[in-house]
Amino acid sequence: MTELLSVQGLTKAYPGVVANDDVSFDIAEGEIHALLGENGAGKSTLVKMIYGLVKPDSGTMRLRGQAFAPPEPRAARANGVAMVFQHFSLFEALTVAENVGLGMENPPALSQLSREIREVSHAYGLPLDPRRLVGELSAGERQRVEIVRCLLQDPKLLIMDEPTSVLTPQEVEILFATLNKLKAEGTSILYISHKLEEIRALCDGATILRRGKHVASCDPREKSAAELAELMVGEALQVPDRAPSEPGEVILQVAGLTSTNVATFGTKLQNIGFEVRAGEILGIGGVAGNGQDELLSALSGETMGSPETVRFRGKTVGHLPPNARRRLGMLTAPEERLGHAAAPDMSLTENGILSGWQRQELTSAGFLKWGAAKRFAEQIITAFDVRTPGAHVAARALSGGNLQKFVIGREILQRPELLVVNQPTWGVDASAAAAIRQALLDLASNGTAVIVISQDLDELREVSDRFAALNAGHLSAPKPTRGLSMEQIGLMLGGAHDMDVADTGGAHHIKEAYEEGHP
Amino acid sequence: MIRLEKRPTPSKAWTYATPVLAVALTMLAGGLMFALLGKNPFLAIKTIFYDPILGEFAFYYRGQLLVKAGPLILIAIGLAMGFKAGIWNIGAEGQYIMGAICGAAVGLAFYPAEHWYIFPLMVIAGALGGLLWAMIPAILKVKFHTNEILVSLLLVYVAEQLLAAMALGALRNPDATGFPGSRNLQQYPAASNPELWAGTGIHYGVVAALIAVIFAYILLSRHLTGFHIQLAGQSPKAARFGGVNPTMLVVFCMGLSGALAGLAGLFEVTGPAGQIAINFNSGYGFTAIIVAFLGRLHPIGILLAGLLMALTYIGGEAAQATLQIPAAAIQAFQGMLLFFLLGVDVLSNYKIKRVKEGVA
Repeated sequence: MTELLSVQGLTKAYPGVVANDDVSFDIAEGEIHALLGENGAGKSTLVKMIYGLVKPDSGTMRLRGQAFAPPEPRAARANGVAMVFQHFSLFEALTVAENVGLGMENPPALSQLSREIREVSHAYGLPLDPRRLVGELSAGERQRVEIVRCLLQDPKLLIMDEPTSVLTPQEVEILFATLNKLKAEGTSILYISHKLEEIRALCDGATILRRGKHVASCDPREKSAAELAELMVGEALQVPDRAPSEPGEVILQVAGLTSTNVATFGTKLQNIGFEVRAGEILGIGGVAGNGQDELLSALSGETMGSPETVRFRGKTVGHLPPNARRRLGMLTAPEERLGHAAAPDMSLTENGILSGWQRQELTSAGFLKWGAAKRFAEQIITAFDVRTPGAHVAARALSGGNLQKFVIGREILQRPELLVVNQPTWGVDASAAAAIRQALLDLASNGTAVIVISQDLDELREVSDRFAALNAGHLSAPKPTRGLSMEQIGLMLGGAHDMDVADTGGAHHIKEAYEEGHP
Repeated sequence: MIRLEKRPTPSKAWTYATPVLAVALTMLAGGLMFALLGKNPFLAIKTIFYDPILGEFAFYYRGQLLVKAGPLILIAIGLAMGFKAGIWNIGAEGQYIMGAICGAAVGLAFYPAEHWYIFPLMVIAGALGGLLWAMIPAILKVKFHTNEILVSLLLVYVAEQLLAAMALGALRNPDATGFPGSRNLQQYPAASNPELWAGTGIHYGVVAALIAVIFAYILLSRHLTGFHIQLAGQSPKAARFGGVNPTMLVVFCMGLSGALAGLAGLFEVTGPAGQIAINFNSGYGFTAIIVAFLGRLHPIGILLAGLLMALTYIGGEAAQATLQIPAAAIQAFQGMLLFFLLGVDVLSNYKIKRVKEGVA
């Protein structure tokens, strides 16, 4: 195999941190190459240099033997390098075709573009209707728009940044079939992920980064997931465990919960019903944007409805605002850490007051007890190993993982009777994620009812006793997690949203055809 | 090349140092301007900053200083509460007028009776007048999601028309043989707001301003309501998560700022101004917006900013009178002060980094 891209000694430093330190690796033509590492290991900076978004401080790149130093993404695209970002850059109010056209240098007429989109998307098993509004598409479909936009430029190297974080297992399968087809045609793919099983199933080679340094190269198919994780983290990971416990009395009952009005392109909750018992963890899976935020805000009291939709220990609470629910013992930790769960410019002490002033008795007659508030913040910092110089530091100064530990710790230390967390380990490095999961398990062992809303199915399988899927505002009936296969979970997630699942057959077809042709 | 780098936590030291730096820079740039105009820059700056406080005729200016600073501070304190919460009451001028009209109307209704309770009743009426006028944008915002900036601003012009109507109609002095304007309240002891100590300029409005500063300081730094105000301003979504009721907050902040502006109007009409007249309002409600921001929305900062603002007005007038510096140059000087204060503010949130060419 010949080299497509060769990276030699790339270094990029930002104030206070070396994002990439002398990184070298090669990608062969027609290779799916994994870039593996924890959050903050420098994966994104590295691919941004290849895509011309960031200029390296030193080091060289060669593309097909020619010196390659794209000053801007346009130059990278002209050389056949395309990239699908983790966060989509799409306009919700425009159609698929218009969105694709906006990202092109010289877009053809809209009718011709629509025809091309239809052809390319079908050829690669990613059916898309060019006339639909992006705002109506699922996350998986939006990703297709981004991929098709790249494919129309006939790339030689396709960079994908954490593409599966927003997909259902079935959608992942479709994506993998597409990537394998591209590979068979000679396109190289640089695949960024921290999901090890995926990389083992898909990739031919892997470059592993840790703290900006290239620490290992390997063939991921020859390594176990545990071995890869160790290379990535640099130490053996602790697997959370919990003492088995009998579920107790019913703590939370939700019945007939339907949202009345939601933000534009938000998701309406449709007649949601479930219950959670003391000492039990209910996992709610689903791709983001299927009603997770709306469900959390209905449980936290940020959205209020009719009293009987939410019952806490039999008492109707659906009409109560957040602080009244907190007094009862219903606590929540929203997904968005900065700007929702915590105020960015406020200190950790103030952010402790934010949700903890009632249960921690941080006020007397409306006046704040700053000393007690500071002690509460320090208690969280110690108990949850939040790495920060002190409680006076602004929330925005903390890394995502550390702030997440603070936010979760803040709620756990208030001794909740019900805790609802949304995406508790999103963007958190592996060891911090393990600590958070362990804390949730311990909480449940002590008799708290816990609801974990997450996109990470591995996480839900690890911590939850029962599993339910949220899809387009509908919640499936919860099932015991033990014994549930990935296939079944996938079908639950597909749910009523048949647009995504219907294409699985086509993907199988492509996959089979590919496997026949290339044994 | 110089580059700005955001500090992880705002610098405490720079927050205190920037106002001093700004005043120093203003003196430097302003002095240069006065020199180019052919005036002695040292004399000009001394006339503006030194003479009104410690100069030969300071006994006259000193009183003026507090008379001007009092209403500015009182109004700015109320506005700052709202601004901190992200509620933009731009119509303090209108609330100031309505406070004056309502308070004066109560006093004039008793004329010529002499009772101890007349003035307290007028104070309450003044505060209520401003409060109710501010409730119009507040309720429209809460019920119909109108923009409080526009509604409160436009109500200033309505209030000005009402003021003229009152001066010419209902509140006109019946003994003034057709001249517009109400009776002079300074000459009606039960309803007047006199200078409390001769020569200081301190009247009840100045006392109220100082009380407001202390009250606001405690509210913001020690009380849960103050915490919620700041939370709502910094991060509305986090505030909702923290259980802050946005409706209550709008009503509270608009009401408080309206009431304080109304009080300022009442103390002005019963004291320095003396009567309801067509040109009673002189822009305190708008200048207070600048004072609030100059003071970084902090009560102590507003106290200092109000005094500084009043000083540049009085010192500026003195410089015009004694040195024949053109009025436009004085305005430019005041503009420089604002410019530098807001400009150097960047230092408390950003670090200046020198970057070598070719690396970035």
